[in-house]
Amino acid sequence: MSAPTMSRSDRDGLARRPWRGTVREYDLFKELTVALVVVGLVIVGLSAIVGSPDEPSVTLKSWAQAQPADFVATATAELGGTSETAGYGPPYNTTADATQTIGAFDLQSFSGVQLPIDTAQDLVITPLTTLNAPPSAALDAWNAGSDTEKADWTAAYTDALTNAPDGDPAQVATGDYGPVPVLTDALLTMASQGALDGVLNAQESFYNSDYTRTILFLGDGAYFGDLATAAHLTGDQWGMMNETGNTPGQSWLWLFSFWYQIEPFASAPNADLLVVLLMLVLSVLLTLVPFIPGLRDIPRWIPIHRLIWRDYYKKRAAGRS
Amino acid sequence: MSIREERKTEPVEEYYTWTGKARGWLLKHLPADKLLPQDQPSYVASWIYVFGMGAIVSLVFIVVSGVVLSLNGPAWYHVSDFGHFVNSVHLWSVELFFMTMVVHLWGKYWMAAWRGGRTLTWITGMGAFLVSIVAAFTGYLLQTNFDSQWIAFEGKDALNASGIGAWFNVANLGQIFGFHIVLLPLAVGAVVALHVILVRMHGVVPPIDAAETDAQLSGTDRTEATR
Repeated sequence: MSAPTMSRSDRDGLARRPWRGTVREYDLFKELTVALVVVGLVIVGLSAIVGSPDEPSVTLKSWAQAQPADFVATATAELGGTSETAGYGPPYNTTADATQTIGAFDLQSFSGVQLPIDTAQDLVITPLTTLNAPPSAALDAWNAGSDTEKADWTAAYTDALTNAPDGDPAQVATGDYGPVPVLTDALLTMASQGALDGVLNAQESFYNSDYTRTILFLGDGAYFGDLATAAHLTGDQWGMMNETGNTPGQSWLWLFSFWYQIEPFASAPNADLLVVLLMLVLSVLLTLVPFIPGLRDIPRWIPIHRLIWRDYYKKRAAGRS
Repeated sequence: MSIREERKTEPVEEYYTWTGKARGWLLKHLPADKLLPQDQPSYVASWIYVFGMGAIVSLVFIVVSGVVLSLNGPAWYHVSDFGHFVNSVHLWSVELFFMTMVVHLWGKYWMAAWRGGRTLTWITGMGAFLVSIVAAFTGYLLQTNFDSQWIAFEGKDALNASGIGAWFNVANLGQIFGFHIVLLPLAVGAVVALHVILVRMHGVVPPIDAAETDAQLSGTDRTEATR
C-alpha cells in the first residue's frame, strides 16, 4: 500500500476526480452490439432447447372429478366456517386473533377487511342459487337454521366424512346433518360439470379477472396442496424459488425462502411477518452499505478486489520494482 | 476593441431560465465525452465489467419478448407454439438478467464501488435489483397455469401479513397485469436509466488504494495504454 496513513477521504478524493492516468480504448456501442448478439444467442438457444414449463392450471371441475371426497369435505368446512379462509382474518374477514402480529404491531388488521368473503354464502350457498334447478328445500332449511344448528350440522357431517371409508360421502353413517349433505352434493355435481368455476369467477358479471375466491377455495382443500407438494412448490420445500419441472424458478428469492426452513421462523405462527420484516431490514442494510462502518470496510479487509484489478496491481508492482 | 481582443473576452454563456439552467447542469455533469466515451481508464480491464452490460442487454430481451406477449394476452402462449417460444425467451431473459445483475452487484460490492461520490449509483443499482424482484414476481403470477395459481395462494400470506394484500392482490389477475406490464417496467426502466447515467457521470471507480504515485495514474507511462 502506498500510503497506509492516508485517510479514507484522501483515498476517495482520488476516486472523486476525473482519471488522469493511462487509458485504454473502449467502444460502448461495439460492446453493446456484441453483448446483444452473445446474450441473444444464449437466450434463444436455451429457449429452443430447454423451453419453459406450462403445467395446466387446476380447476374446481378437475378437483371435484379427481377427488370428490376432498371437495365435499372442503365445501362442508366452508359452510361451517371452519376452513382456512373462513378463519383467515383481514383482508377477507374479521376472525378474531387470526392475524400475524409482533406484540401490538398488527399490519394485517390495520389494512382492514378489504376483500370480504363469507365462505358459506360466497362459496356454497350463492353459487347453488344460480343453478337452473337449485336444491331449494335444502337452501331454505340452511337459511332458516340458527348459527348453532349450522355449526352442529357441519361439525357432525365433518366427523362423519372423516370416519367414512376414504371420506366417501356416499358411505357416511346416518346422522343429523341437516341440509348439509344435499348442499355439498349439489355443489359437487355443479363443480364436476364445470359450472362452479364460471359462477365463482364471474361473480354475477360478464367480465372478470379476479380469481381470489377460486384460489382460496382451492387452497382450502387438500388436493391443491398435494399437487404442489408433489411438484416441490410448498414453502417448506423452498417452493418460493422453485418452478414446476426442472426449470429454474425465482432463485433470487433464495434468502427469502431460506428463513422459512429454519427456526424460529419455521414454526412461528407469524413467520410471514417476521420474514418480510427481516428481508426489509436486510435490503435496507445492503442498500445503505456505503454509510455503514464495518459493512463498507469488508471489501478492504478481504481483498477480492486484488483479483478484479489484478492487472492494475501487477503493473503497479512492476513500476515500483 | 480589436477583433482579437473581442475573442479573448468572449462571454461565458449565461443560463437564466429553468431550461437553460438544466442544460448548463447537464453539459457540466454529463458532457458528450462522458456520455459516449471512446476510452476508459486502463484499470477497466476485467471480466467483471461485462456483467452490467449483460444485465442491460438481458433487459432489452425481456422488454421485447414481454411486449410481444402482452400484445397477445396472457393466455396466448398456452395455445401457440410461437407464443410458447416467446414465453421461453421471456423466462430465460429474466434468468440471465438476474444472474448477470447479481454478479454485477457483488462485483461492485467487493470493489467498494460507492467510493468517490458514487453512493447514489450504488443505491440506484440496489433499487433496480429490488424493483426487478417485484416485477419478476408479478410475471410468475401472470403465467396463468398451475405454477401461478400456487404462487398466488402461497404468496398471499406474506403480503396480507404486511397489510398490503388487498392492494397488491396476487389472485387478482387484472391488478397484477397492470403492475407487471405498466407500473413495474416503468419503475425498472427509470431506475436502470438513472443508474447508467450516474455511472457515466461519475466514471468507473478506480482500484482500492490507487495512489497518486502510481505510474498508471501519474500518466508517466501513457505509452502502455492499449489504444
